Amino acid sequence: MAEKVLMKGNEAIGEAAIQAGCQCFFGYPITPQTEVAAYMSRRMPKVGRVYLQAESEVAAINMVYGAAGTGVRVMTSSSSPGISLKAEGISYIAGAELPCVIINIVRGGPGLGGIQPAQSDYFQATKGGGHGDYKLVVFAPASVQEMVDLVQDAFDVADKYRTPVMVMGDGMLGQMMEPVEFKERPKKELPEKTWAANGLRGREKHNIINSLFLKPEELEDHNNKLQAKYKEIENNEVRYELYNCDEEMDLVIVAYGTLARICKNAIKMLKKEGINVGLIRPITLWPFPTEAFEKVMDKTKNGFISVEMSCGQMVEDVALSVNGRKPVHFYGRSGGMVPTPAEVANRIKGIVGGAK
Amino acid sequence: MANQEIIFAGFGGQGILSMGKFLAYAGLEEDLNVSWFPSYGPEMRGGTSNCSVIISDEPIGSPLVVDATTVVVMNRPSLDKFESHVVKGGLLIIDSDLVNREPERDDIEVIKIPAQTVAEEVGSKKIANMVLLGALVEKTKIVSMESLLNALKHHGKEQFFELNKKALERGAEFAR
Repeated sequence: MAEKVLMKGNEAIGEAAIQAGCQCFFGYPITPQTEVAAYMSRRMPKVGRVYLQAESEVAAINMVYGAAGTGVRVMTSSSSPGISLKAEGISYIAGAELPCVIINIVRGGPGLGGIQPAQSDYFQATKGGGHGDYKLVVFAPASVQEMVDLVQDAFDVADKYRTPVMVMGDGMLGQMMEPVEFKERPKKELPEKTWAANGLRGREKHNIINSLFLKPEELEDHNNKLQAKYKEIENNEVRYELYNCDEEMDLVIVAYGTLARICKNAIKMLKKEGINVGLIRPITLWPFPTEAFEKVMDKTKNGFISVEMSCGQMVEDVALSVNGRKPVHFYGRSGGMVPTPAEVANRIKGIVGGAK
Repeated sequence: MANQEIIFAGFGGQGILSMGKFLAYAGLEEDLNVSWFPSYGPEMRGGTSNCSVIISDEPIGSPLVVDATTVVVMNRPSLDKFESHVVKGGLLIIDSDLVNREPERDDIEVIKIPAQTVAEEVGSKKIANMVLLGALVEKTKIVSMESLLNALKHHGKEQFFELNKKALERGAEFAR
């Protein structure tokens, strides 16, 4: 077993990427994720890899586009306003079917917003952000350890499907320190990157990487191919955790990231008052874990509550998954306000009718 | 069940974040669950600074401490801000050299330590944070003094180890 060390979430992201074989990092500073870039600037040159601070987020994502095209593992990181700037590049990368990892350590928005933790980029991450019919695989870790594991998995998933993968955490997850262990990972069987634009290497024709298809027939074919790939990802890559969902429940919370931990505290508080509440914690935000709802649908008396650090975004996917079969409630704080376990518990008591 | 949710607060430069870090490392030495979460943002530079530390033998929920079992304050604004966050029956540790008012709560335990004076006697005002940390560990027993010293040995600067150790011991005397 590897030794446990205390690490800030942001630094752990950097180390996880390096150990996953990330060859290039292109970034631009923004609170609360700057320590990712700072860590990479210290470590990447020491292991003979590329760290480059770009002149802007737009430049950074296009450097990622270029590096990914050569078949190397590449990552960029930013926080909310910076991700908006990267959105065009992400769409190109998805269109050109290139693997890369994008980190978003989310802060309150819209606009420049604030710098405190939020989850208000859910729509941006899962419903597009950039233009066109593309999807981002979105991982939402809830601890520094899970952040490390998911960053490493993100590189594998990106390579397997030739698609960009986002790892999204709120500001708290980036800033907090927790014990982490960098485990020895079994080597994954991944397809060879025969598509990479890295010279002829014995091929007769050079590879071209492109997202431009001027003939509508060709573009539709391309879109159908992408959609088939997204379907495969939906079938294979859904991840979630069920917590306290074994017995009959008064209500089921749906929450992800750090907030899911706060909700677990709320569940413990409510249990003492005789109120039994379960939790669905999506680990992939896209593909959304719709199947998790089937497992608890018949066991929840008062339906579901989506608890978010936003004004109500994931709640739409919750409603789609529930599809009218049970009530769907919402509780959220925004702008960098972090709900306390007591606040969440009170809101739930309001729905299920206080202590029994 | 071992569980302490602690807020350390004071001015930037007093070693608020590092006293929290050393305590978290000590918790890790004992294989407990730990989290350390700093205030981050514009208030850090030259202004107030605080961090939340949780040490528990159960999985940690929110890393942000709201209801603190212990609060350590090294200035007046921090006492004003965090006195109400101490849970009933909880512990408040005050640097009485720097905080010029009495706490208002009468449902909590208060330890007042002239940490600046004590630290100066030991050798440097800069280690007043360690004096307070010594009292915290002695009183709450959340980790052993030995684990805390190990944490200092593994993660602190070697040339300050003896000084820090003395400061911790002097602080512990106030909690006996």
